[in-house]
Amino acid sequence: MMEHIVLRHREIPDLNTVDVYKKNGGFEAFKNAVTKMTAAQIIDVVKNSGLRGRGGAGFPTGTKWSFIDNKSWPHYVVANADESEPGTFKDREIMESNPFQFLEGLAIGCYAVGANVGYIYLRGEFWEIASLLDQKIAEMEKEGILGDKLFGGEYSLRLYTHLGAGAYICGEESAMLESLEGKRGQPRVRPPFPPSVGLYGKPTIINNVETFTNVPMILSKGADWYKSIGTADSAGVKIFSLSGRVRKPGNYELPFGTTFRELIYTHGGGVQDSRPVKAIMAAGASSSLILVNNDDKVLDTKMDYATVRTLGADLGSASVIIIDDTVSMDWLVNKTVHFFRHESCGKCTPCREGTYWMSTITERIREGHAKPGDVDLLLNVAKQMQGKCLCALGEFSTMAVVSGIERFPEDFRRATQPSPLPVMEGSKVR
Amino acid sequence: MSLAEKYPEEVKQILSKYPPEHKRSAVMPLLYLAQREEGYLTRAAMQDVAQIVDITATEVAALVGFYTLYHDQKGGKYRMQVCTDLPCALRGADEFMNNLCQNLGIKVGETTEDGFLTLEAVTCLAACDKAPMFQTQGPDGIKYHENMTVDRTLELINTLKKSGREVA
Repeated sequence: MMEHIVLRHREIPDLNTVDVYKKNGGFEAFKNAVTKMTAAQIIDVVKNSGLRGRGGAGFPTGTKWSFIDNKSWPHYVVANADESEPGTFKDREIMESNPFQFLEGLAIGCYAVGANVGYIYLRGEFWEIASLLDQKIAEMEKEGILGDKLFGGEYSLRLYTHLGAGAYICGEESAMLESLEGKRGQPRVRPPFPPSVGLYGKPTIINNVETFTNVPMILSKGADWYKSIGTADSAGVKIFSLSGRVRKPGNYELPFGTTFRELIYTHGGGVQDSRPVKAIMAAGASSSLILVNNDDKVLDTKMDYATVRTLGADLGSASVIIIDDTVSMDWLVNKTVHFFRHESCGKCTPCREGTYWMSTITERIREGHAKPGDVDLLLNVAKQMQGKCLCALGEFSTMAVVSGIERFPEDFRRATQPSPLPVMEGSKVR
Repeated sequence: MSLAEKYPEEVKQILSKYPPEHKRSAVMPLLYLAQREEGYLTRAAMQDVAQIVDITATEVAALVGFYTLYHDQKGGKYRMQVCTDLPCALRGADEFMNNLCQNLGIKVGETTEDGFLTLEAVTCLAACDKAPMFQTQGPDGIKYHENMTVDRTLELINTLKKSGREVA
């Protein structure tokens, strides 16, 4: 197996200490960038590497950086450490175990877009990680990696942590900016996009923790090296957060293009009790359900942004939830809809009302009080929401509902039958 | 005593993170500070925070209502927040929660008679591979407890009660 690029602490013990990080080439990429490279050169390297945003949307990182508006100042960079998608737990491991590589990547990003201040927006639950990062930032300041007039030049940089307080929507970039400005986390109307009008109305670049953590290695080893890993569509490595009914859940850093089968069976140790895979959610609770039923063709599908789309789903942030044949989809959809109902910010009526009604109907189905036509009604509500909300949350909330009903109709038929049919194991879990 | 009088250093340090003309950004960290001792935010505390960042108390109350980690009602000394979202539920979180309720003799959302613990069901905490899991929110901040059993949870509660402080 190849060495890790992002989760390097798996090979290098104590990589979270300054000394060990420096011994392993740490901060060289940032120092080299500030002392020997122009912003445009860095952006070119990142562009040529093929790096795409790891938060879920997969937008080309270098391209995003090149959008920064140089007519308006100051510039800001915000690292998205809000990690709240059910099934995602990768940024936590990066920040806990390889914090300097993340902070170095963030620092490079700040330099590349001319920002002198960078914020790290962490979900409020990451209280301990925030204080850990505060320590690491203080150590970098002591080492002269952060602060004023760095490396004898003119560039100055300060990094600050900022804790959210429990709101999934703040992972959406414009809601995150609102929250960072001390307001309720509700998405903004776009355009304008953050690279022109972002934090405090100023040009702002926002990237996910994992995205930034790739950058130091790309600058050190070159764009061609990074591009040689993964697939033509999706360059490099991705951390797949594997959860659900597998024997060994966890984070697995693998090249894009690795198959679902390899992830589940080689790395994840296979399905619990050796049961068949019924469905996969590749992008957490926001996923369309991929119909598997142990179909070899699906299990052998390569995981990159373009190929997963051929299965009628998205790779998103690669939060891969494995669902076995003991789980009934009406139970699952009730869970996901409950989540989105709780997390809807309430700004757009279709999302606020739609998630409420979807939750009410799925609850009714789960409790055995379904009315005739409830499944059609549920599908109808979901489809009416699509394309009508300011941000993706409303859209995401319908994914499991629509794909669940369309791809697993039998589960919903069984759940809405009035007669005492055998109850599936997963549906007993409340 | 106002927040600024009680914690002058902390308030100063929080404000220093943001441009002086955008001090409203400090409202969220200030709310955590104001909530530290009592575990919830009184009207007076919200008024205090509002004054520091120069917004109205109503605006502060709107934030407290929006974000789940701020509380405007007194709860237990510790809030035990169990994740029952999909990935955790696929690994037994719902059964864990039910058993915990039975053992504690309270329902989800309720507080134990001695006022020590409030049990809450929450959405994803980014620990899906280590379910069943919960976080405790208390006087010493927020801590994660992963790969938990009911027995170990009861043990933890006892230790917390005895020490008066949380252990890792």
